[in-house]
Amino acid sequence: MSTAHPHHAPAPPPYPALPRRKLKVATCSLAGCFGCHMSFLDIDERILQLIEHVEFDRSPLTDLKEVGRCDLGLIEGGLCNAENVEVLRDFRRQCHTLVAVGACAITGGLPAQRNAMSLPHILGEVYQQREGLKTGCAIPNDPELPLLLRQVRPLHEVVQIDYFLPGCPPSADSFWVFLTDLIAGRTPRLASGPIRYD
Amino acid sequence: MTRYTNSSQPATTFSLDGEEVPFTPGDTVLQAAHRVGRYIPHLCWHPGMHPHGSCRLCSIKVNGRPAAACTALASAGLQVENQTPAMQAQRKALLQMLFVEGNHFCPSCERSGNCLLQATASHHEMEGPHFEEFYPARPVDASHPDVLLDHNRCILCGLCVRASQAQDGKDVFAIAGHGIEAHLVVNSPSGKLGDSALSVDDSAAQICPVGALLPKRRGFETPIGERRYDRHSVADAHTQEATAQGHEEDPT
Repeated sequence: MSTAHPHHAPAPPPYPALPRRKLKVATCSLAGCFGCHMSFLDIDERILQLIEHVEFDRSPLTDLKEVGRCDLGLIEGGLCNAENVEVLRDFRRQCHTLVAVGACAITGGLPAQRNAMSLPHILGEVYQQREGLKTGCAIPNDPELPLLLRQVRPLHEVVQIDYFLPGCPPSADSFWVFLTDLIAGRTPRLASGPIRYD
Repeated sequence: MTRYTNSSQPATTFSLDGEEVPFTPGDTVLQAAHRVGRYIPHLCWHPGMHPHGSCRLCSIKVNGRPAAACTALASAGLQVENQTPAMQAQRKALLQMLFVEGNHFCPSCERSGNCLLQATASHHEMEGPHFEEFYPARPVDASHPDVLLDHNRCILCGLCVRASQAQDGKDVFAIAGHGIEAHLVVNSPSGKLGDSALSVDDSAAQICPVGALLPKRRGFETPIGERRYDRHSVADAHTQEATAQGHEEDPT
């Protein structure tokens, strides 16, 4: 009979350390106010820890215009025009994991408050009937301007979304919990505390 | 099956997720659970009102069969399942449907932080709506000098209807129509709230669990961090509707 006590068993040999690749992250803002990006930056000095584990692809932080192959895409803002849809579809093609960030991306948010009105009515109100405008003002119609959608829509109605970060905006701590979970290989889960809709 | 605590005294408890909950004859499962501080999620139920059984958020399983906890009568020996993963998932789906059917854009709503729907969804870890948004364009009735009625936020819980009848004795509200066409109507010659008998002090004006009926000129008066559900969990059954006097009252 062996006298070895299970608690005294020799430790297993260490596995060779795998080279840890930085996660490639892209972010963008569609029809929104950029507040979610600002809230993300509110992680403050923790961004120095984050940058040890991620590198940014297309993002307002890098000013790249095209999204490359990425592990993670964070998108704030809803879909209000054809360009928004194109950018979202690019992100979906290029990002392994896609996250809808904030009220506008998740529900349409504040821009979607226009959905109760018709587009011609809104355009007329803004460009033609507003107080102080001269008579005869025209609604912009340049081919470079992306066509407006009839209604602002949330992202999950157009592409598959993997995670939702609710809030207007989500708190910096929500971003931190989500990203550190993901970097550590855990399924991100916001407890009810960080989940806010306002 | 009837269970007995001893040979002569009939048991007056039922099992809620494995814990015995005492009740008095005539109690519903939700009433008895609420009395001892056990949380069964609900929106259309209020301790001072007759049950409505409409929101179905309090769905439970009684001896393996689905029931609404606000209408199911408690009886000795019932085996009630409440906080199971399956029931929680079902409730989350119900909450998601309620959110997409109305305009529940929390950042613009004065009830935010004091809203039972919002707090319940947060408690159930609802991160996204899952379903397609309806984006309803229902009327907003601002005709009353002291109370605003936004039909886009109404979840048809019927609490204002019952409060107006039972507590105010006024019959100001009713629910008309069926299915997706169901909507709240106001009993007045014009159908407008301003021509009704509603007073801002009525229970009906204060009992709305969401932002459909709001007192005017009080918007966002409580700072973020100090609102009802900033300070109290929705799961604490004694903090959310302990009185019928509305959401602005300090529940402590």
